[in-house]
Amino acid sequence: MLRTLFDKIWDSHRVGQRADGRDLLYIDRHVLHELHAHHAFAQLEKQGRPVRRADLTFAVQDHTVATKPGRDETTNPGGTAFIKAMREGCRKNGIRLFDVGDREQGICHVVAPELGIVLPGATHAVPDSHASTVGGLGALAFGCGTTELGHILATQVIAMKRPKRMRVRLDGALGAHVSAKDIALRLIADLGVAGARGFAVEYTGSAIAAMPIEQRMTLCNLNIEMGGRSGFVAPDDSTFAWLEGRPYVPQGEMWDRALAHWRTLRTDDGAAFDREVALDCSALEPQITWGTDPSQVVGITGKVPAPETIDASRRAAAASAFSYMGLAPGTPLAGLPVHRVFIGSCTNSRLPDLEVAATIVKGRRVADGVFAMVVPGSSSVKREAEAAGLDRIFRDAGFLWGESGCSMCAGGNGDRGEPGERIVSTTNRNFENRQGPKVRTHLASPATAAASAIAGRIADVRHLVGSH
Amino acid sequence: MQPFTSHTAIAAPLLVDDMNTDQIAPFLPSRNLKDDYKVMLFHRQRFREDGSEIAEFVLNKPQFRNAGILVTGNNFGAGSSRESAVWSMLANNIRVIVAKSFADIYRENCLQNGLLPIVLGADDADGFIARVVADNGATPFTVDLVSQRIAGPGGPDIAFEIPAADRTRLLEGLDDIGMTMKHIDEIVRFEQQAATTQPWLQRASDSRR
Repeated sequence: MLRTLFDKIWDSHRVGQRADGRDLLYIDRHVLHELHAHHAFAQLEKQGRPVRRADLTFAVQDHTVATKPGRDETTNPGGTAFIKAMREGCRKNGIRLFDVGDREQGICHVVAPELGIVLPGATHAVPDSHASTVGGLGALAFGCGTTELGHILATQVIAMKRPKRMRVRLDGALGAHVSAKDIALRLIADLGVAGARGFAVEYTGSAIAAMPIEQRMTLCNLNIEMGGRSGFVAPDDSTFAWLEGRPYVPQGEMWDRALAHWRTLRTDDGAAFDREVALDCSALEPQITWGTDPSQVVGITGKVPAPETIDASRRAAAASAFSYMGLAPGTPLAGLPVHRVFIGSCTNSRLPDLEVAATIVKGRRVADGVFAMVVPGSSSVKREAEAAGLDRIFRDAGFLWGESGCSMCAGGNGDRGEPGERIVSTTNRNFENRQGPKVRTHLASPATAAASAIAGRIADVRHLVGSH
Repeated sequence: MQPFTSHTAIAAPLLVDDMNTDQIAPFLPSRNLKDDYKVMLFHRQRFREDGSEIAEFVLNKPQFRNAGILVTGNNFGAGSSRESAVWSMLANNIRVIVAKSFADIYRENCLQNGLLPIVLGADDADGFIARVVADNGATPFTVDLVSQRIAGPGGPDIAFEIPAADRTRLLEGLDDIGMTMKHIDEIVRFEQQAATTQPWLQRASDSRR
């Protein structure tokens, strides 16, 4: 029987079937954050149920922590109670917490892979829709709600219906300054925000083979923005090299055994998928969103689309987006004045993301009137960036260099834009009011965001770099 | 979990696709552990910055202020996994959402909380929407999970499908953890086996310590 990688991981983690027909899938690694943890701890305490595998559970303070330099747990008053409640819950239940001030604190989707907490072929759950970021390492990850989080704490399994299988084949060499962010935005535009609903998506092809691990994580991170239940890349030699030596990765003889198993984690030739999609990435230019959902995307040389070119079922949403974004159809994206630039989030805050942005920023200045901010994805990323001198490059250019956390991505930590501001953001959602009431968000890559900060306008990084 | 058998209420039409959870339950500046989910629901569609109401939003219209059934388009509940997007419905006594489709995580969160997510096929959905719009909040509809029917003004009953297991869970208000704990022996066996076949997965320790 030919099987996809998804089938192999699912089958090897299937504990049994519940009376309601759902599979019970064992969760190897469970990572919590403070926005949801307290509800689940309180629920279990009320029911008198213990946490079953505290040793496989980790917690990270990220959503509500302030990311201003010099922050502590009181800097964002709206977060303090959440932070304290998760700390208390972790203490009572013996869960390893990456607390505010811990040298490895950061965004849960950045911290878990960089410490090697997540491994190829492992199942992973997080009470957050961007859980499948770690699919970039070949893990099968599921985002869940708060009640499901309590369920996993109590049982170490998730009760799920088996998703369908989709393969997305990405081929072609990427052009200059084009990255996984641009590929993901193009895919979401092509497939729609519900295009992968009900599917576990495997990303394959020559563009994936050549893609660094951090970019694979960016791609898998954005899988939920086309509605995907999970998304992953089969592990390969790049994955193994990336993982080896990280603190939670098996060592010595155990590493050899694990590695031998990980090399079997591939889709069998000829195995069937429920849906197949392909994208030639070779002609792709940098992409940017023009509207209020992540499928409203054009190339950086493109224009806000005319209503008649938009599918009839999407026209009302487009009209609403034109109005919210203050953009008329036919307006070129490049050249629009921006007020703010944000580089960070679980999508694009790893060291290579910051390196790319720093290369563009180096020796230049943020345009007058633009507030630009870089928030490293973890305290470790921040330290490594500082060791490489990236913080100086950003600061010298006029960027604010922040502490790690989710920051302006969802506005949960008090950082947000002002009404009417236009922001170029390396985050994952351009929904109305997400980065602050009436804030207009354009999603783009770190390269495009950095170039736009310098230009003071939405910029085609390929032109900016050429004119240095 | 509160069981669901039948719900009779005014149905409010929110005729959009892809309604995301950031809109349903936005982060508000005044967050705390016991958030006011009643106020949170569609907060930025319902209220201006100064706190005044936006009269045009459907749930602010006089005839829909007490709506208990929400009728909407495709992919309802897209985006963030926040369960507050379900709790805020329940806090406003909305116990049924009739949609053309739901985002996966949102639908799961509904089932965890006794909120009935109904998916109607395209024809039934359009027919039902037309009736809800025509009635304009004058007459309640009744959604009955036992008979799997929606009854109300403007036409015959509409039958709806729901997976039998999800239906039972809602009808009986089953404790999800309790259902799984019946399989605790299998879970223990799985762990014992995994400890020999993939031992690195049953251990997560920091090698520096």
